[in-house]
Amino acid sequence: MEELKHKPTRDGAGEAMLELGKRNKNVVVLSADLTDSTRAGWFKKEFPDRFIGFGVAEQDMLGAAAGLALCGKIPFACTFGVFASGRAWDQVRVSVAYMNLNVKIIGTHGGITVGEDGATHQALDEIALMRILPNMTVIVPSDANEAYKATMQSADIDGPVYIRLGRNPAPILTKKEEPFKIGKGVLYSEGSDISIITCGHSLYEAKKAREELLKEGIKARIINLHTPKPLDKEIILKAAQETGAFVTVEEHTVHGGMGSAIAELTTGECPVPIKMVGIRDTFGESGEPLELLKYFNLATEDVVKAAHEALQLKKK
Amino acid sequence: MKQPDIKALKKKAVQLRKDILTMLENAGSGHTGGSLSLVEILTALYYYKVKHNPRDPEWKERDKVILSKGHGCPALYAVLADSGYFPHEELASLRKLGSRLQGHPQRGLPGVEVSSGSLGQGLSIANGIAFANRMDKIKSKIYCILGDGETNEGQVWEAAMTAAHYKLNAVCAIVDYNKMQIDGFCCDVKNMEPFSEKWRSFGWHTKEVDGHDIKALIEALDEAEKVKGKPQAIVAHTVKGKGISFIENQVKWHGIAPKKEELEKALLELDETLKKI
Repeated sequence: MEELKHKPTRDGAGEAMLELGKRNKNVVVLSADLTDSTRAGWFKKEFPDRFIGFGVAEQDMLGAAAGLALCGKIPFACTFGVFASGRAWDQVRVSVAYMNLNVKIIGTHGGITVGEDGATHQALDEIALMRILPNMTVIVPSDANEAYKATMQSADIDGPVYIRLGRNPAPILTKKEEPFKIGKGVLYSEGSDISIITCGHSLYEAKKAREELLKEGIKARIINLHTPKPLDKEIILKAAQETGAFVTVEEHTVHGGMGSAIAELTTGECPVPIKMVGIRDTFGESGEPLELLKYFNLATEDVVKAAHEALQLKKK
Repeated sequence: MKQPDIKALKKKAVQLRKDILTMLENAGSGHTGGSLSLVEILTALYYYKVKHNPRDPEWKERDKVILSKGHGCPALYAVLADSGYFPHEELASLRKLGSRLQGHPQRGLPGVEVSSGSLGQGLSIANGIAFANRMDKIKSKIYCILGDGETNEGQVWEAAMTAAHYKLNAVCAIVDYNKMQIDGFCCDVKNMEPFSEKWRSFGWHTKEVDGHDIKALIEALDEAEKVKGKPQAIVAHTVKGKGISFIENQVKWHGIAPKKEELEKALLELDETLKKI
């Protein structure tokens, strides 16, 4: 397999926030004591007058973000995904989403591959927590290039956006010059036997699984569904009709995540068997990222196994 | 500085109480006690202190009032209607399907700056507005009205620290300290005393006033405006259900509306009050 470059998705978002700061004086960046970790610090260094630190106070930060947005600012509130979605959920719900305010939430350290910090720091449920809020857009970039584009484009949406990012360097799987549009899924690899639909870092596992399946003569389509909300109905329903079986892969609980969003759509429009690869009603644990992927059944072989199961169901 | 006509403002407060009780009776539900305790605070703000223009609710330079204790919105609606933000008749739509007068305030009704109802969130929003105004060099004041029970919420104190740390002197918090919350007296539910000391120790310029004395409120608001380098807290001692003898200081009146005969009795009492002014 070719050697892939690695870069954390949080870096892509950090670069975009800095670039947005140069282009638009209304862009402000907020942080809750995780300024370096979230890459908010890159913006802070260049634009200290448009950076506000809140200390360890995520609820306060999200409320202030709402106030800034009410005055025409475009605040990017940066913290770990667990805190943005968990600790400050009601602030996101009432102060941000209910008023449909132009607040961007940068949630880093998403997924099980956060690793050693363990359960309290691994965001495994925030796609669910964010996508159930009316007015909210949810993006899970697969690599640093996508994270850059998603963050840049989020500033063009007049409303709340949650961007889920990872901690560790992740393989670069998309090209800088490739088009990207929030809400528009990407047909990443052609295939007609089954579709593997994924978001975030899991695109890499999907890619490897496809190669394994090809060895057996199974042609899997890969859809990079970087925007779990709003859902790209067209690409999903087309895949349902053309491939007839789905595997969904995400570093997130299978309850309420991207896979659930897909099932909510297909069950009423074009029912197909769906096997979901994700975290199963359990908290995370400390460990090395790749070790955790295997332990929680999110690795390549788990995607391959799920594909076989989905194909069996398709035959019935 | 314009000279306030205190007598006229007192009469205004009585009229507002009539509107509040009438709209609550019509709605059949709502928060009577905490709306009535707010009346003089809102009167002093909207009819004396706040720089605003009902014909241009989104005027950039306006002062802003955030009702963080959203359940007191009947009082805010009465003031906004009376000020001309929307037709007075619309008060009759309170809590009805399709109304702009939601059970808790929703942005979209002219004059409502912020949706609220989940307690503890307004002061952070006020800070955010103050940050934006500071960046844009807009000099206007942001008044945030909190309930006393509301300050049980930790976010209030996060915001209090933020405002003091960043010297947000555009922010003025007014606490409607009526000493009661849903579960009973504040001192029994979770004692918040020494309350003013808390604000002071958090770095706020703090003033205690009788929250039904319009003259005292006006003086406190004028004093707050002159403060430099610090946010200001006005702890307004109020009476829950103020103005109606059988509603005052009754915990049960937190979240219920008057029935028809209770409304009639209350309106008669307010007529008597009006005669004495």
